[in-house]
Amino acid sequence: MEQPVFIAGLGVISAIGNTVAQNLLSLESGETGIAPIQYLDTEHRDEFPVGEVKSSNDELAELSGFKTVISRTAMLSLIAAKEALRDAGIENYANLRTGFISANTVGGMDKTEDFFRDFINDNTKGRLRNAINHECGAVTNLVADKLGIRNYVSTISTACSSSANAIMYGTRLIKNNLLDVVIAGGTDALTRFTLNGFNTLMILDKQPCQPFDANRRGLNLGEGAGYVVLVSERVAYSCSIKKEIYCSLSGYCNANDAYHQTASSPEGTGSLMAMEGALKRSGFQPADISYINLHGTGTQNNDSSEGAAISKLFAGHYPKMSSTKAFTGHTLGASGGIEAVYSALAVQKGMLYPNLRFETPMEGLPFTPETRFSKQPEIKHVLSNSFGFGGNCSSLIFSKL
Amino acid sequence: MDKLIADLKEQIIEQLNLQDVKPEDIGDDQPLFGDGLGLDSIDALELIVLLQQKYKVKLSNAENGPKIFRSVRTIAEFIEGYQNPNA
Amino acid sequence: MYIRAASNISPQNTFGNQPFLQELVEYTGNKLTCIEPDYKSLIDPKLIRRMSRIIKMGVATGMDCLQQAGIEAPDAIVTGTAYGCLEDTNTFLSKLVLQNEEALAPTAFIQSTHNTISAQIALLLQCHRYNNTFVNGGASFENALLDAMMLLNEGDADTVLAGGIDEITPTSHAILSRMGLYHWPTTSNLNLLDNPEKETMAGEGSAFFLLSNKASGNDLAKIDAISCFYKPVGLSEIEQRINDFLSAQNIIINDIDAIINGKNGDVINDRIYKQLEQSLFANKQTINYKHLCGEYPTSSAFALWLAANAISNGSFPSAISTTDTPLKRVLIYNHYQNIHHSLILLSAC
Repeated sequence: MEQPVFIAGLGVISAIGNTVAQNLLSLESGETGIAPIQYLDTEHRDEFPVGEVKSSNDELAELSGFKTVISRTAMLSLIAAKEALRDAGIENYANLRTGFISANTVGGMDKTEDFFRDFINDNTKGRLRNAINHECGAVTNLVADKLGIRNYVSTISTACSSSANAIMYGTRLIKNNLLDVVIAGGTDALTRFTLNGFNTLMILDKQPCQPFDANRRGLNLGEGAGYVVLVSERVAYSCSIKKEIYCSLSGYCNANDAYHQTASSPEGTGSLMAMEGALKRSGFQPADISYINLHGTGTQNNDSSEGAAISKLFAGHYPKMSSTKAFTGHTLGASGGIEAVYSALAVQKGMLYPNLRFETPMEGLPFTPETRFSKQPEIKHVLSNSFGFGGNCSSLIFSKL
Repeated sequence: MDKLIADLKEQIIEQLNLQDVKPEDIGDDQPLFGDGLGLDSIDALELIVLLQQKYKVKLSNAENGPKIFRSVRTIAEFIEGYQNPNA
Repeated sequence: MYIRAASNISPQNTFGNQPFLQELVEYTGNKLTCIEPDYKSLIDPKLIRRMSRIIKMGVATGMDCLQQAGIEAPDAIVTGTAYGCLEDTNTFLSKLVLQNEEALAPTAFIQSTHNTISAQIALLLQCHRYNNTFVNGGASFENALLDAMMLLNEGDADTVLAGGIDEITPTSHAILSRMGLYHWPTTSNLNLLDNPEKETMAGEGSAFFLLSNKASGNDLAKIDAISCFYKPVGLSEIEQRINDFLSAQNIIINDIDAIINGKNGDVINDRIYKQLEQSLFANKQTINYKHLCGEYPTSSAFALWLAANAISNGSFPSAISTTDTPLKRVLIYNHYQNIHHSLILLSAC
């Protein structure tokens, strides 16, 4: 009954590049995307470094084919989803049962914020076209329509684990024989809403973040989109796919920390359950994991919680690990998708990414993250973590073919 | 100080939407967090905003929070200390 | 998939131990709003203080559903909501604009995330299991049901708590009205579908269901199949989809005893249903429900509650239908703005 699911295509846009190739170049050269705010119109412009995609809305409109009035979230999504589809090279995907499962947390909020500026004092004011795609699902529909996908279109929103859950859901739709191909992942644009929201929680770093460092001060917000093209075994080995498959998605799990609305439990209960569950489903042991792409936001709370869970689960066989959020910032709804792309590349090409700006090990943790990019051809299985508000914890395992 | 303490109790009840609590239910020295009034980390952030909005007191280092917010009296003392640094 | 229990807060008297839609509640304003219970008896007061309306509605129906089913905690929690926590979003966004991004308080931001309802239920129950939230417009609830069905088939859960919830706030009503969704009302919701014009009424609600693949002997009804389709090209595609859906269950339209449809009183919206009444649904008993709960993206959750209870009781309430056909199979067909269409097939246990 359990049929394998493979990854046939990748697409990503983030603070470190507008394509997979550009992202890879930055990861290899250690060039961070964290920088002072350049595009977002905010009172906090000079206060917090962020991982912005280095393109204006006009430039993204050109890249995506959307008009500039369309939400930045949708533009990022289309750019990455198109790249993933093109990369998979499935010639006849319109004739297969193809779905689009996209996740986001902000929807069209970047435009709604502009609408509200006029609406708030007079509810007959404000340009409606800025509010019309506010809902998370509306952003997905805009992109699905451009991709020409109609079989199954859905949107998931579970805070920072959103796109990991989208990938999981897509995988299960294939395993349940409801779809053959699924473009799955997520997107989020930087908005005043999220920047100010996270600021009220006092977990933003005023300097470039240092995940898993003893002196970490918080996270840097980021934006972007990341998608994988999931295919069934039948499609993977048919003549529909002309190029090498990246890897299989061998394990996944969604668990809930159920500790607090925004904070993770000190023992990392939800994180532990998500990682354990993913391993159980994959049939592999902790010792089989070569690399963990950490959730690693750089907050005191997440990193200790995730660290505690890893200490327990991987005791005796700590794999190499790093947080790529030091490159991209925390891209919220897109993080699971972007990091899935990085994880698939890591397992296929045999690479480890550095945890930038790491200096001092956290007390009590029997491991430290990687500080250099390296080629590791013996990498067989990569674990990617995404843990969010509301206790939503998800882990994915990518395996070499 | 007494007036400030009385004011604070009302503000806290309003800011944190403590619907069934009256000012006289909160002791001046009663622990606010953990077992006392049962407030949590989100409430602590709300109190930081309250201090800024109503008393013009800015708490830039959240780590000092637990000490300052221990009880209504410690909050009042902090506000007075901030507003009259030379007293 | 068995519906072991169902709980519903809606603009009708549907929550708690009440006679099944015996008397309908009339609305003459421009929207239908929920009749809410006293939450203090259902939710810990220490937690209520932070919850906005929609979160209280969701948590109350979720907890009530579990109580009815006699379950302490489900094996999974899945929610569908198109707009999420609008009131909290509005509060935070308004303050952000009015206070020029200064001195903002965290609670509204934290509560505004779409997964808050699923998360709060998990927190209250200390449920560490699968937890998901769909935010997919008019198919959000159906996506949640499909996720539940897959979880049960995969053997990863024996029981799933699934819900659909959306609220209407003064702000969202003002904006959606400007967009042309809600126009000036008819004289009453009870006449909403009598003379279709360019108008429908806004609604809201929260309905949760405890689902299982194991019959308990006391289940309300069975969900045999669910299907959603996106932006169909025309009537013939819709008819094809409905026929394919039924034949995959080895039945034909004649095997259906009643069809609950999503007519909302707007002449353009209702055209599809009218066309189907001349073709595929000709001579079938059709039941309307949006005059009871109003139009909103997850209204199919209300329709499911209605269908499940009608099947369990053996008939629809007389205030809704006077036909006496024994209810063995009921089909729910609804579309939201002709974007997301859904089919849910239920049968008696």
